[in-house]
This record gives sequence, C-alpha cells and structure tokens, in this order.
Amino acid sequence: MNILICVKRVPATGGRITLTPDEQDIDTRFLGFTVSPHEECAVEEAVRLIEAHGGTSKVLTLGPPEAEEQLRDALAVGIERAILLDSGGHEWDPGATAAAIVEAVRASAEPFDLLLFGNESADSGNYQVGIRVAHALGLPVVTGVKHLELDDGEAVARREAAGGWEVYRVPLPSVVTVREGINLPRYPSVPGRLKAKKKELERREPKFEGNTLEMIRLKLPPGSDKQVDILGTGPDAAPKVVEVLKRIGVA
Amino acid sequence: MSSVLVLAEHDRGNLDELSLEALTFGRDLSEQMGVPLHAVIAGEAGRAIAEGLGEYGVSTVHLAAHDSLDDYAPVGWAQAMVELIGRLEPQIVVASGSDRGSEVMAHAAATMGLPLAANCIEVTPGEPLQLTRTRWGGSLLEESKVSGSVKLLTMSPHAVRAEKAPAPAEAAVEPFTPKLSADDLRVRVVSRVAPEAGKVALPDAKVVVGGGRGVGGADGFAALEELARLLGGAVGCSRVVTSAGWRPHTDQVGQTGTRIAPDVYIACGISGAIQHMVGCKAAKKIIAINTDRDAPIVQQADYALIGDLHQILPALIAELRKES
Ligand SMILES: Cc1cc2nc3c(=O)[nH]c(=O)nc-3n(C[C@H](O)[C@H](O)[C@H](O)COP(=O)(O)OP(=O)(O)OC[C@H]3O[C@@H](n4cnc5c(N)ncnc54)[C@H](O)[C@@H]3O)c2cc1C
Ligand SMILES: Nc1ncnc2c1ncn2[C@@H]1O[C@H](COP(=O)(O)O)[C@@H](O)[C@H]1O
Repeated sequence: MNILICVKRVPATGGRITLTPDEQDIDTRFLGFTVSPHEECAVEEAVRLIEAHGGTSKVLTLGPPEAEEQLRDALAVGIERAILLDSGGHEWDPGATAAAIVEAVRASAEPFDLLLFGNESADSGNYQVGIRVAHALGLPVVTGVKHLELDDGEAVARREAAGGWEVYRVPLPSVVTVREGINLPRYPSVPGRLKAKKKELERREPKFEGNTLEMIRLKLPPGSDKQVDILGTGPDAAPKVVEVLKRIGVA
Repeated sequence: MSSVLVLAEHDRGNLDELSLEALTFGRDLSEQMGVPLHAVIAGEAGRAIAEGLGEYGVSTVHLAAHDSLDDYAPVGWAQAMVELIGRLEPQIVVASGSDRGSEVMAHAAATMGLPLAANCIEVTPGEPLQLTRTRWGGSLLEESKVSGSVKLLTMSPHAVRAEKAPAPAEAAVEPFTPKLSADDLRVRVVSRVAPEAGKVALPDAKVVVGGGRGVGGADGFAALEELARLLGGAVGCSRVVTSAGWRPHTDQVGQTGTRIAPDVYIACGISGAIQHMVGCKAAKKIIAINTDRDAPIVQQADYALIGDLHQILPALIAELRKES
C-alpha cells in the first residue's frame, strides 16, 4: 500500500481577516499557518491505513518554501516522506495545481494505490483539485468521504447525504477526497516531532503555465451593523436572558 | 444554441432545494443575456420533476435517460452533461454548490479542460465573464474573471433566494440517451446506510446551545445539554472541542462542520473565529456568554452576558425551571 496525501498551506486566521493594501492577499504578518481540517484528517487516515495494512506514505504540497512547516507537521504524526513543489511565488488556480500534482505523481518511482485529498481547500474552496487529478490519471474518485475501508483491493467509502449514508465501492488505485469527521487526528508526539525535523524533503520546481481562472482582487463581505446588547455581568443577569428567550419565542 | 443551462439535481426523483436557487440565478442571467433558460436532468427518475421546471422559467428540459443512471453516478451525470453541452453550446452552465453540484461540475470541467468557478454569488455575463465567489466558506470574497466559449459555475448556497418565474414557461421535455462507457459508471452509489435516528438534528434545530474551549471539558457539557433540553434544542460546539475529543464532529458548527440557522444560537465560551461564525451567522439571534467583553463573538452577537459560563448556565437553568 502506497498512499499520497495532498495538503495546502493556509493562514490560520482568527477572529477577523485583514487584507494587504493591494487586495491581492490576506495580511499574514501576524498569523500562523496551517492546513485545512479536512487535509489534517486525510493525513491521519493515511497513517491509520498504513498501520492497518502496511506500506508507505508521502505528503505533497504545492506552495512557498515555508510550506515545509506543513509537510513536517504531517511527518511528525507518522507520514514517511514529503515532497514540496515550489509554487515560485504564483497563486496557482485549481487546473494548474492539479497539473503540477499530476506531474509529480507521474515522476514518482513507485505508483500510488491511494491518493488522498481534502474535499475542499480551506482558503479558496474550489472543490475540484482531487477530481481533476483523478481525471488526468484515469482513476476513479469518491468525494466528501467520512468513512473509508479497504477491502480486497477496493476502497469502500461512505459519504453523508440527506437520506443517510451513500456507499461507494471503487477499485484501487483511486482518489478519495475526505471531510473532517472521518477520524480524530492524533497530536504529534515529541519524538515524532524530532524525527520529522531531521527528515530529508524532496523538492521540485514545476513550471507555472498560467491560470484560466484569474483573480482580480479580494474583498471583505459587508459587515453586519449589529449593535450588541450587553445584558449584564455574571449569573445575576440570568433572568434577563430568559426574558430575551421569551421575546424570541423559544422559552 | 445560445442559452444558459442549469443542472437540476435530484435524488431518485426528489428535486434538490438548492437547484431551485441555481435555476433562479440562471434565469436572471438568461434574461440579462436575452437567451432561453434550459435545464438538464440525469436519470429517468428525474422525469417526475421535469415539467415542473417550467415554473422557474425553463423552456427546455433535457432529460438524460439511461438504464444506469437510476441512482447517482457522478461521472455518468457529468458525461451526459458534457455531451449535451457539446450539442447545445450554451454560454453559461450553472449548478448549485451542493455536494453533487460541485462534484458533477468538477468532473465536467476536468473532461472539457475548462475552468470551473466554484461558489459564485454574483456574475456579470460578458467576455470575459466577471464574477464574485466566496473563499474561506464565505468569510472572504474574491472577484475573478474567466474566458472561453462555455463558462462553468457553481452557486454558493443561499446566495439567492429561490423564486418562481413571474410568467411560467411551458417546459418542453427532450429526452436523450447519453453514450456512457463502463468507466463513466464505475463510481456510483452501490448501497445506502440509514442515518442514526434520535435527537434533534443540528441543521434543523430551532435552538442551538454551542460550547467552546471555555466549557473546559466533556463533563462541562452536561449544563449545555440541560439548557438545550429545556429549550427543545440541540447542542453544538467549536472545533477546539471536537479536536479535544469532548464532543463528536457531528456537533461541530462552522466551515468544516455543520451550518446552522436556528431562531437563537447561545454561544458559551466560544471566541467567534471566522471559521466558526460562517457556520452560525444564519442564526436569527445570537446570545454570547463569554468572560471576555472584547471577544469577536460578543461583537457579532445580538445579546451578550459577560462572565463565567460555569456560574451563568446553572443560574439560567434554575431560572428556566422556575418558569416551567
Ligand atoms: C480551515 C479551518 C477551518 C476551521 N473550521 C472550524 C469549524 O468548522 N468550526 C469551528 O468552531 N472552528 C473551526 N476552525 C477553528 C477556528 O479557527 C478556531 O480555532 C476555533 O473556532 C476556536 O474555538 P473556541 O472558540 O472554542 O476556542 P478559543 O478561540 O480558545 O475561545 C475560547 C473562548 O472562551 C472564552 N472563555 C474561556 N473560559 C470561559 C468561561 N469560563 N466562561 C465563559 N467564557 C469563557 C474565552 O474568552 C474565549 O473567547 C477552523 C480553522 C481553520 C483554519
Ligand atoms: N497547493 C496545493 N498543494 C497541495 N494540495 C492542494 C493544493 N491545493 C489544493 N490541494 C488539494 O486539493 C484539495 C481540494 O482543493 P480545492 O479544489 O482548491 O478545493 C485540497 O483539500 C488539497 O488536498
């Protein structure tokens, strides 16, 4: 079993987003970085599958050199190898991103049995990179997966739908895009972190061929003009809350 | 033919509500462009809803009838659409940003080698087409442009309200049999597992009592459970809580959790990170209980109580019990 997991470095924005003056990016000067919770779960799922079935795993990102941090986070919880595709300072659209990932997959010495993605990236949420990669490689893809098992060379995947769980069964190799909730990711151990720090990363510089979906600028959605009504401080204000609940019609 | 084409999603004959939003949006575009509105439905089971689409201004419904499309098959749906797009040559194709809409459109885009703009909220037809789409689950907006003979878009859920056409059209139903290969059908729903029955589902709850890091541990949720019970609601939580294993992920409200729209959301010990707020901003009223007056959730709430939730919740529960 050989598993590839694709993750994207994104800023860990807190209570509000601030844009850069040219409106091309989020101002990240005071922010840390992370990956989407879906991708964190994809990493965890890979570690568990390898624990259960044996084999090896590799984490991939297309991003700036600093995305090494996100690769090492994955190595720290048990992924074996990592590859950084240097984005060369460009913002790659989903088509270009998928092309770079496909090129790296094709260049890999051993073929992958399973390619895990997040259902959507945290920042741009295009809902498509995994599907595009599957098409280019001629592989089946199941999206939005919240339960995954391997059974006799097939992936049995479930996704949530209005009327219950939909069950899909596809032959390996295949692509699966996962959602948070599929598992509860572990925290890295101290030895895990130390081991991850020393690992050699593979690096490539894919050629940027341009985007077909062209971003003009970012903007913040109109804020609400709500004025908060402070009902009080401490437990003494409880009766006031009940009053409010009554007014709303729920108590 | 010049047209706007909309994917009308259904599950074994039941029309998806979000598709009505996509149809409403598609109709608006078609009127701006002065072209007819067409719809595509995959699977014979969709025939039941085909004619009714006239009420949304659809003039022609293309019904992809195929033995293997009785139940959902993403690539099968997409291939049927790709075949139709090749024949019809619409300028714009729209689907809702639902699970299926997003998935089918991504397959179609990949097959046709075209860009797909996901989760749009505003579109100005033209060459290039200009659009506004959501990022970060709706916390940030992006203006983009896209060129090409056919533009593929998905609509951000609830960006527009579904509305019937002022003058309904007589929808002509045109069945066609798409050519599908075995590969197009290898991913499909093979069976279903019933949802767990029981408590009030989070997306439908009229009252949600949410807990965050401030609750302090799994045991702390007993008070939130009791408050939710007294108000006939459900318990929700932040991601810090699910990551710590205090609550299951099904309780998580936010960008990567559930989106709720209750009459009232009572947020206890939650700071109000943007990824949490996109999940609860549709609540009619937000009441925040927080020790920190400057917490973002307090700024975005309708009402707030400043103080320790471990003291406030018991008082609130006692007060409600007195009433009943
Ligand atoms: C891509 C991405 C997706 C994400 N998706 C989600 C998501 O779906 N849902 C989600 O919730 N988060 C999500 N997050 C995480 C999010 O950014 C925040 O980290 C998280 O929401 C914070 O949870 P919290 O408010 O419980 O904790 P904190 O931010 O630590 O806030 C705790 C709050 O409790 C208050 N408090 C402490 N003690 C008490 C007390 N005794 N009484 C009253 N108040 C008290 C504090 O003043 C503070 O305001 C996501 C993050 C990323 C990067
Ligand atoms: N720059 C990137 N590097 C690696 N993987 C990516 C990148 N962008 C997107 N992905 C993967 O594709 C998934 C879907 O992304 P998107 O189509 O942008 O919503 C993400 O959850 C990641 O798993």
